[in-house]
Amino acid sequence: MGPGVQQYFPATVELTFSAILLAIVLGIPLGVISAARRNQVHDHTARVFSIVGVSMPVFWTGLVLMLLLYYRLGWLPGPGRLDLEILAPPSRTRLLLLDSLLAGNWEALRNAIGHLIMPAFVLGYVATATIARMTRSSMLDVLYQDYIRTARSKGLRERVVILRHALRNALIPTVTVIGLVFGGLLEGSVLTETIFAWPGLGRYITTGYITLDYPAVMGGTLYIAVVFSIVNLIVDLTYAVLDPRIRL
Amino acid sequence: MPSSTPAFASEADRRPGPVAGPARHEELRRAYRLWRRSPLSIVGTALIGLVLVVAALAPLIAPYDPLAQDFAVRLQPPSRAHWFGTDQFGRDIFSRVVFGSRIALEIILIVSVISGGVGALTGWIAGYFGGRVDEVLMRVTDMFLAFPSLVLAMAFAAALGPSLPNMIFAISLVTWTPYARLARGETLRTKSMDFVEAARAMGASDARIILRHIVPMTVSILIVQLTLRMGTIVLTAAGLGFLGLGAQPPTPEWGAMVSDGRNYLIDQWWMSTLPGSAIAASVLGFNLLGDGIRDMLDPRLRR
Repeated sequence: MGPGVQQYFPATVELTFSAILLAIVLGIPLGVISAARRNQVHDHTARVFSIVGVSMPVFWTGLVLMLLLYYRLGWLPGPGRLDLEILAPPSRTRLLLLDSLLAGNWEALRNAIGHLIMPAFVLGYVATATIARMTRSSMLDVLYQDYIRTARSKGLRERVVILRHALRNALIPTVTVIGLVFGGLLEGSVLTETIFAWPGLGRYITTGYITLDYPAVMGGTLYIAVVFSIVNLIVDLTYAVLDPRIRL
Repeated sequence: MPSSTPAFASEADRRPGPVAGPARHEELRRAYRLWRRSPLSIVGTALIGLVLVVAALAPLIAPYDPLAQDFAVRLQPPSRAHWFGTDQFGRDIFSRVVFGSRIALEIILIVSVISGGVGALTGWIAGYFGGRVDEVLMRVTDMFLAFPSLVLAMAFAAALGPSLPNMIFAISLVTWTPYARLARGETLRTKSMDFVEAARAMGASDARIILRHIVPMTVSILIVQLTLRMGTIVLTAAGLGFLGLGAQPPTPEWGAMVSDGRNYLIDQWWMSTLPGSAIAASVLGFNLLGDGIRDMLDPRLRR
C-alpha cells in the first residue's frame, strides 16, 4: 500500500491545494465585504452564497457542472488530469502542474489547469463558504472594538481602518477555520475525485473498497488522518505567530 | 446572563423539564419576532416543513409505487405522467424521491439520538468526575477527531458491510464527538455553580446531581447543537449512499439514486440531477433554519 499512496497522494495534494487557494482568495474578501456592508445587498448575497455552498452535496454540484460545462457546452475539459492525446511531462515531483512547468511543456500545463478548474471549484466552494462566514463574523466582532473607533476618529480612511486595523485581528479565527476546512477538503476530495475520475488518494480508497482491498482502505484512511493531524498542528503553530499573546 | 442563570437554575431544580412562566413566554415571543424578521429562516422553515409533509404523506403524494418496474417506460424524460422522468428500470423517479424523504428523516432521527446520547453521556461523565476519567474519555474523543468524519465513516461502513443500519451506525460513530466536548464544557461550568455545591452539601449522590441538576442545565444547548448539525447528517448520509456504502438497491435513498444516474448523465440528465436537488433542498432547509436559530440565540446580534 506504500507505493499506492505515493502514487496517488500527489494528485490529491494538487487538487486540495488549488481548492484551498481558491477558497482563501474568494472567501476572505467576500467575508470582509459582507462585514463592512452589514445587512446591505452585498451582505445578503454573500450570506446566501455561503449557505448554499455548505448545503450543496459536492457529488451533485460536480455532476451538474460536468453536465453543463463539459458535455453540453464543452467549455472545460472533462474527467481526469490530462486529455488522452496530450503527452504527460516526465514525472519528477508527481505534481502535474509542477512537472509540466519544469519540463517547459506549456500545452500540458494549460490542459492540466483546465482539468483542474472544475474539481477545484466544486471542492473549494464549500470551503469558500465556510471561510467567508467565519471572516464575516470575526470582522464584525473586531469592528465594534474601541481601537477601531479610535482609528476612525483619527480620520483614517475607511479602507485603511478595515484592511489594516480590523482585518489583521479578524484573521486569527479565520486561520483556525482554514485548518479545519482543510480536513473537510480531504473528505470532500473522496467524492470529488470519484466524480471527476481524479487519480488521487480518495479514489484509491473508494476503489479499494469496491475491489475489497481492505489494506488499501485502512492505509489510505490512516494516511489522511496523519495529514489532517499535521495540518492541525501547523494551524496551532501559525496561531502563535499571528497572535503574540499566545505562547506554546 | 449572570443574574438570570441562578434563577433559572433554582427553578429547574424544583421542577425539571420545561420552565413555564412569563419569562419563558417572553423568550418565545422574542424568538418568534426575530424569526419573522429573517426571510432566510422562513424559507428554511418552509423547506423543512415541505420535507416533513412529503415524508408523512408519501403514499398519498407519490403517484407510483417507488419500487415498481415498468420496462415499457424506461428512461423517459420528465413529463406530465412522470414529473421527474423514469430510470433504467422504468421506475418513477418522483415517487422514489418522495419515499426517499422518509429514509432521509429516519437517518437524521436515529443518528441524532445515538450520537447525541453517546456524546452527551460521555461529556457529562467526563466533565462531572474529572481527573483520570476525564483524561481517558477526552483522549478517546480526540482520537475520533483526528480523522475527517466522512473518511472515517467510510472506513467503518466498509468494514461493517454496506447496509442502511450499518451506515447509520457508522455516521453516529463519527458524529458524537462535538456533543461530548460541548456537554463536558457545560458540565464543568454548571458543576461550579452554587446550587450544585448546595446539593452536594446536603448529601445528594453523584447520580442524583448529574440527573437532576447537570442534565437539565445542559440539555437545551445540546438539542440546539443537534438541530444545527442535521444538514450535515443528510450530506454525510447522501455521500455514503452515493459511494454505495449506504442503503442497497432497490431502496430509494437519495445519494444512491444520484449514483445510479451517473452512467446515464449525458442523455438522461434527470436521473441524477433531480434526486440530487432533493438532497440540496433539504440540506439547505436545515442550514437556513440552523443559521436562523444561531442568530436568535446570539446575544451579539441584539445590540
